[in-house]
Amino acid sequence: MPLLLDVRDLHTEFRTGAGLVRAVDGVSYTVDQGETVAIVGESGSGKSVSAMSILRLIPDPPGRITQGQILFAGRDLMRLSDDAMREVRGGEIGMVFQEPMTSLNPVLTIGRQITEAVEQHRGVDWATAQKRALELLALVGIADPARRLKQYPHQLSGGMRQRVMIAIALACDPKLIIADEPTTALDVTIQAQILELMKDLTRRLNVALIIITHNLGVVARYANRVNVMYAGRIVESGSAAAIYHRPRHPYTIALLRSVPRLDRPRQAKLDPVDGQPPDLTRLDGGCSFRPRCRFAVDACAHGRPPLEATDDAAHLAACFRSREIGGATGAAA
Amino acid sequence: MTVAEAPPLLEVRGLRMHFAVTEGILSGRTVGQVKAVDGVDFTIRRGETLGLVGESGCGKTTTGRCILRLETPTEGAIIYDGVDIAKLPRKDLLALRRRIQVIFQDPYSSLNPRMKVGDIIAEPMMVHGIERDAKRRDARVRELLSVCGLNPKFADRYPHEMSGGQRQRVGIARALALQPEFIVCDEAVSALDVSIQAQVVNLLEDLRERFGLTYLFIAHDLSVVRHLCQRVAVMYLGRIVELADGDELFDHPLHPYTQALLSAVPVPDPTVEATRNFRPAKGEIPSPINPPPGCVFHPRCPIAVENCKHARPELRELRPGHWVACSEVH
Repeated sequence: MPLLLDVRDLHTEFRTGAGLVRAVDGVSYTVDQGETVAIVGESGSGKSVSAMSILRLIPDPPGRITQGQILFAGRDLMRLSDDAMREVRGGEIGMVFQEPMTSLNPVLTIGRQITEAVEQHRGVDWATAQKRALELLALVGIADPARRLKQYPHQLSGGMRQRVMIAIALACDPKLIIADEPTTALDVTIQAQILELMKDLTRRLNVALIIITHNLGVVARYANRVNVMYAGRIVESGSAAAIYHRPRHPYTIALLRSVPRLDRPRQAKLDPVDGQPPDLTRLDGGCSFRPRCRFAVDACAHGRPPLEATDDAAHLAACFRSREIGGATGAAA
Repeated sequence: MTVAEAPPLLEVRGLRMHFAVTEGILSGRTVGQVKAVDGVDFTIRRGETLGLVGESGCGKTTTGRCILRLETPTEGAIIYDGVDIAKLPRKDLLALRRRIQVIFQDPYSSLNPRMKVGDIIAEPMMVHGIERDAKRRDARVRELLSVCGLNPKFADRYPHEMSGGQRQRVGIARALALQPEFIVCDEAVSALDVSIQAQVVNLLEDLRERFGLTYLFIAHDLSVVRHLCQRVAVMYLGRIVELADGDELFDHPLHPYTQALLSAVPVPDPTVEATRNFRPAKGEIPSPINPPPGCVFHPRCPIAVENCKHARPELRELRPGHWVACSEVH
């Protein structure tokens, strides 16, 4: 089966007062049909910008996609006209954002916002769109959909608004949904409901999902494959099992060690990642994790380690020492 | 255990905090009440960290604000070191605040952007008239910065020149400036990135040991709470539904809400996740303006019976030190 999405050497920059920020600095990854891929990283790692770049939703100025190919279902999205791109957004690619209150229009009814998507992309009449909207609300588990269609976003709870966002994302039978921190603003029990719903629907409808998150637990529960980002680059990529049980990049290792776990009794101390997050305006030619890395050697200052296969061809790491550190420290993490 | 024998530093009894819901811009008619905290009891022993967990609207933050006396509770007693502070008049609060301090969630909005870091930390000392000598106050600021893992030179910087983790350290240094004995940490590490969060958690633990501090740790992140707290109280819609020693609560949760909450938290381990039998709690959190009668959790509860719709379950000690407010668990 051909790849659904093939992102190649993507670069996105922002010109800011403090200098040029290479928010996404040579990112490549793929997504298969129906697969769930997680992009994990902390604030400023470029995880959201890389996803927004796929949708070409980077505000210009100050931002600009300077390089790269985004092959989606055989077409390069970078070469599409603005009109054609608008067809793709909300059509073949659905979107779910973090904050459902700000991404829904407060002065339009829920029904209008769903039918708008259907009418725009399908060119169907009002009655058909209305019927589809009812179907979609029922699909995402909203009780009494006919009444809800007439309501406004502020009349819904946070969890319900996010269900509406998912309904809109699914409205035109997309092949891919990009979900940017879809549950970060929600309470734990509601987060679990929404994630289960997304998992269930993407499997049933065979929709691929890119889920962007900082929550390592969410990734472990839902992702098939994981890309770990740091300072605009993917530093490690592989199956969820490989990333969690045999991490090969010092950042991934340190990150996994630093999180307290609910399933383990109190230990003496946490083992934090040392130092501060990188200042993206002041990166040099070396590995950007070097100042915080416990494994850094001289070579790390002189060049950026490429993302390369470890002993497992499907497991990539961008570290000069990934082969030596993998065996010794991975098991403990 | 020495901690268990110490007398409680804080005892909260029957705490209620109700806010009026008003309608109309000018008339301000009262049309209802939000029972943000509705009958909460717990104690905190000296040197202990009590975790207060729950989802939005459960009343955990309001409980903390009552203890800080940023709110005057509607009803109930807050006995701090033998004195009921619940109705303490305004003029006596200043003295109280030398002993009880707070660390807020958001290091961006809780630091004045126009003040230098050194002035932010010195301000409480000025307000309370301690370290009146400018040189000594300055030295104290630098000492506090270094205690909190920051370079003393940061005293001359502004908050916007610092990262989120560094700002939160400034917030901690400010809380320590008056040498308090009790600190309310309200989501103190929630806004931080994962790699920075662990640094600040460790700092809080170091400070507790070094200065013999007592914490009320309010948080929604259960993994951090498990790591940091000796005892944990779970709140739901203004009430405590379960209270026990940390490991006991997380390993043997008894209340159906606690069980739902714990199973909803994904663990960062795909192998563990694959073996977990997981069903999310149904339904949404009801509004605290119009909470369900009887047990507030009954509309979402998998084991609710008819009686739960009418009778409000009180906290009962089902195992030593393990309190549960549910009539259906034994």
